[in-house]
Amino acid sequence: MMSEPLLQAVDLECERDERLLLQNLSFSIVPGTLTRVEGENGSGKTTLLRILAGLNDAWTGELLWCGKPRAHDRESFHRNTLYLGHRPGIKPLLTPMENLRALMAGRRPVNDDVLAQALAGTGLAGYENVPCRNLSAGQQRRVALARLLVADEPLWLLDEVFTAIDAEGVKAIEALLQQRAAEGGAVLVTTHHDLQVPGMRRIVLGGGRGNE
Amino acid sequence: MNSAGRALVKPVEQGVGVFSAMLAVFARDVRVAFRQRQDLLNPLLFFVMVVTLFPLGVSPEVSFLQQSGAGILWVAALLAVLLSLDHLFRHDFDDGTLEQLVLQPQPLFLLILAKTLAHWMLTGLPLVILSPVLGVMVHLDGNSIAILCLTLLIGTPVLSLIGSIGAALTLGLRSAGVLLSLLIIPLYIPVLIFGTGTVAAAAEGAPVGGYLALMGAFLVLALTLAPFASAAALRISMSNS
Repeated sequence: MMSEPLLQAVDLECERDERLLLQNLSFSIVPGTLTRVEGENGSGKTTLLRILAGLNDAWTGELLWCGKPRAHDRESFHRNTLYLGHRPGIKPLLTPMENLRALMAGRRPVNDDVLAQALAGTGLAGYENVPCRNLSAGQQRRVALARLLVADEPLWLLDEVFTAIDAEGVKAIEALLQQRAAEGGAVLVTTHHDLQVPGMRRIVLGGGRGNE
Repeated sequence: MNSAGRALVKPVEQGVGVFSAMLAVFARDVRVAFRQRQDLLNPLLFFVMVVTLFPLGVSPEVSFLQQSGAGILWVAALLAVLLSLDHLFRHDFDDGTLEQLVLQPQPLFLLILAKTLAHWMLTGLPLVILSPVLGVMVHLDGNSIAILCLTLLIGTPVLSLIGSIGAALTLGLRSAGVLLSLLIIPLYIPVLIFGTGTVAAAAEGAPVGGYLALMGAFLVLALTLAPFASAAALRISMSNS
């Protein structure tokens, strides 16, 4: 079993609006684990995930990707990391199929059958060719989540994945994340939903300091 | 949801090639634009209206129009492009596709170049195609019209490319419109001067080779440098959002 950390944060610090949001934050994410980032509203969960994903560059400290500074091999980092944020990354004017195709086009070529299967897997069978703006908020999130069924990136950073998803869907996502960790993927989630998974790790943010 | 039969997780060694990723970005932008045709028509209508209003508002005399026609067309085209710039990244920013673009493994400046080229094809190119008709309307002679089209063909991509820097810089701001214009107009001035200068020189029968070469140089400069600047600006805007 691989146990070398995929991503390692050392002394992460981030200031926002003259407030120290993250301080002395050190942790490592190893393959085969599910980690939940916890904290109140405004404690910096989303900021942390955006920093880890490479969207926010306003931080100090060190981020190591496979043991080396992330800046040294950004391409390999981006190739191996999947980030789903608050905004689903779905174009309202395009259909779920076109959206998925466009999102996967920059990652790896996937044929339409696989994508249709992924959409069916998230309960969107029959909606493949309906413009996304005609779908409900939950369905739009599901289009974004369909990516999880075809994604092969070892590291997943998921911000509030359970938003607008019904109880059935939440259960399915929980199972998917658990299975992913069992297969050797690393998953980092933020959620206010009461996620109960055996062996889950925690990163607790709040009060300007975090610990593992 | 299940993903039964998926192999154990392995690092992704090889991604998608740069060119096919750029093509996908380009294709998506074009597809989205054609789903929202009124946005495509906006700059074109603006262009036509400004050029039509000039003879009505200032003077319909042939001598006046012949003399200032090229200038009017160029200014109208410039403002039409400026008008459309805010859309270049705004929608993508709002729906989150821009985040995913920034996180793609391919170099960001190339993906932005693809986006900017799509923007030019959807706004600048229609203006170029329409300009001969409006050129006839302002009584330009055949030679002048040909030169005017040529300068617009070289000049409008420069407008889109420079504009992409401003659009990326003002992305996180709420009242981006005014700031965008203030930032970008000074950079547009050289293109405008040489664009209209070329047509004026052609009307006097002077050689235009030098002018066109300079405009070509603008294009090459913008093509090579603007995507880098936009990519850097985009990362800053992303960090602050």
